[in-house]
Amino acid sequence: MWRDATLVAGRDLRVEARSRVTVNQVAPFALLVLILFAFALDPEGPVLERATPGLYWVTVLFSALLAIARSAKLDEADGVRDALRLSALDPAGVFAGKAVAVAAELVALELLLGAGVVVLYGADPAGVGLLVATCAAATAAVATAGTLYGALVSGLRVRETLLPLLLLPVLAPVLIGATRAFDAALGGVPADGWPWCGLLAAFAVLYSVAGALAYGTLLEGS
Amino acid sequence: MTATTPAGSPSGPPPTAPATGAASAAGASASAGGDAGHRPPAGAGPAHTGSAATRAVGWLALASLALLVLYGLVISPADREMDDVVRLMYVHVPSATYLYLGCFITTLASGMWLWKRTPGWDALAETGAEVALVFAFVTLLTGSLWGRPTWGTYWTWDARLTTTAVLTALLVGYLALRRLDVDPDARSTRAAVVGLLLVPNVVIVNRSVEWWRSLHQSATLARIDPTIEGDMLVALMVGFLALGLVFTWLTIHRFRVAWLEQQADRVDLDAALAARRAEAADGDLDSDPHEKVTPA
Amino acid sequence: MEPVVHLRDAVALLGRFPALAGVDLDVERGEIVLLRGPNGAGKTTVLRACAGLVPVVRGEARVLGHDLRRDIRPVRRRVGLLGHATGLFEDLTVADNVTFWGRAYRAGRADIEAALVLPGLATRLRDVPVARLSAGQRRRTSLACLLARRPELWLLDEPHAGLDHDARELVDRLVRQAVAAGATVVMSSHDLDRAEALADRVVELAAGTTVTGRPAGPVERAAPAVTSEPGAAPTAVTSEPDPAPTAVTHVA
Repeated sequence: MWRDATLVAGRDLRVEARSRVTVNQVAPFALLVLILFAFALDPEGPVLERATPGLYWVTVLFSALLAIARSAKLDEADGVRDALRLSALDPAGVFAGKAVAVAAELVALELLLGAGVVVLYGADPAGVGLLVATCAAATAAVATAGTLYGALVSGLRVRETLLPLLLLPVLAPVLIGATRAFDAALGGVPADGWPWCGLLAAFAVLYSVAGALAYGTLLEGS
Repeated sequence: MTATTPAGSPSGPPPTAPATGAASAAGASASAGGDAGHRPPAGAGPAHTGSAATRAVGWLALASLALLVLYGLVISPADREMDDVVRLMYVHVPSATYLYLGCFITTLASGMWLWKRTPGWDALAETGAEVALVFAFVTLLTGSLWGRPTWGTYWTWDARLTTTAVLTALLVGYLALRRLDVDPDARSTRAAVVGLLLVPNVVIVNRSVEWWRSLHQSATLARIDPTIEGDMLVALMVGFLALGLVFTWLTIHRFRVAWLEQQADRVDLDAALAARRAEAADGDLDSDPHEKVTPA
Repeated sequence: MEPVVHLRDAVALLGRFPALAGVDLDVERGEIVLLRGPNGAGKTTVLRACAGLVPVVRGEARVLGHDLRRDIRPVRRRVGLLGHATGLFEDLTVADNVTFWGRAYRAGRADIEAALVLPGLATRLRDVPVARLSAGQRRRTSLACLLARRPELWLLDEPHAGLDHDARELVDRLVRQAVAAGATVVMSSHDLDRAEALADRVVELAAGTTVTGRPAGPVERAAPAVTSEPGAAPTAVTSEPDPAPTAVTHVA
């Protein structure tokens, strides 16, 4: 399974390296959203500063939707699904590989957006340990749930509209948890943030297991 | 909770045994036939969704709703603090309970469908979600109406209200997936995965929202749990009974509709095979202009 | 010895439509069998059913000794399907694609390297993204993916479609080489002259059924040499590297 996961993750990242969709399109989109938020909320006032964690994570979620849709689309190309079914690849490994590739793209996006909020919003990074742990847990949560729901809508004509409808309510706890943890790290008491980190980790574990178990069924049932 | 769901029992034959192609369907067991005595015999599907049993449930539901009006609006007293607004509770609390029951049915039936692959479970999963959505709207409506006089606003980010809102979004997404016009088996499989994750999602959403609000919420907001006793308790019990019967009635009928839809969708395999073979015998082979074999 | 493919009155559904309404097919090891019939006769579905991609819901279906109705997985990785769809990733290069699929099917590095050379893929194409290839070059790339995994049963759906003369020759040569190495081939083709020259045996399909003993119609070949009898005229495994078709059971 891990060998298959490595193979699939390598393939997805290689597609990204060759096509540069995340670098050339998703990342600029994410920065654009940050700038739009600054237009919408007075950048000189206290609102933007207080809202920074929430805006950061909303932007991550929207960008993640694009990355997830892109990842799911790879495996619905002409004949690829058949070839995957015929291959000896472990479906759990395919799921893990795709989730890892999405997670790698998300980490890059989060770093970029982190730099963005520091520069654009004047955020002052504090509590680095909690920030990093939160990012890691939230990334795993979004990547696993996203990969599963991406497979759920893959091949459907309405996938672009259905994916956000299905995925965003599911990710609501991730948004709450990551935002609260960032709040705690940036302005509040870091100790308040760690339980949220735990919640994010639990979410990631649930969706890793669910995705690994369901992926084979979804690959077959089409 | 006074009402029982007809759905949980995985015993007994399905309302109809599919005529063809389904050794697997022989085990179809998610019958919401309610009353075992009124289940149609295998092989003879019901032509409509009503039966003597469901009519009885329907009349009982109407009668108990009348009783609820009587108890809720007339007999039970107004609350000392909340005045007449408390009467919303007799609908709101049972609705919320049956909302969660519907979600639970969907998750259970989705899991069973993934395991057994018998069409009855699939129909039951859809039924649970649709009925749950009805009760979700009732819950949100009564909750908002409650909020206006009590909290001074129609909407507040109360943990339970927020959970219900997210849950409603989850149900809408699930039903949107079910509405797609794609291969029924593929759709059922995808829907079952989403349905199976419904209850775990609700639990996580609920935990996170409770936690989130508890960090910020001051104790000034009145919660929806006043101490209740006497006639108010009776009124609440009547509410559970009446809405439970409504839930049962809706579940049975919606299940049967879903079941009949499945039957209508199911082509008689033998007939289709006969048609296809007749096509071969008629020499349709030669009528295809794209495929003339040129003599060598 | 058990036939490589054994279908008896096999029924398969596409959605609710019985694409296969009773197909009988027996293929012995080392045979090349051509499926012939009009569009919609079920040729593609037979091939996909043999690969375990379309479930057989009635009748018998055994491939490589496994019952398809019970146990599909062990069969799948031993068959190779060359279909209409290429199964390639547009953004990846030819070498990326062949390497990924080769490794996905547990092929060794040497096999992958060899497969990249065989189907006449110019070396300059190795590092070109598939999105920039012509249809014929994509087809050759799919063929390379198939070669890398060395399937025991080749299922070729229109292998000659969209290829120029040289490439068709190449396909025929690769098929004969594979058979010489012990593989078995079931194929469909619209290039009937070429395919019939390649095949040991022709099986006629019509409306999802195998045609047996059909009276010769106006469009039939001179001798409607249709064999779908179980085990009829099985060819022995040929050991020559490039044998001429030995036992063609029809007159072309």
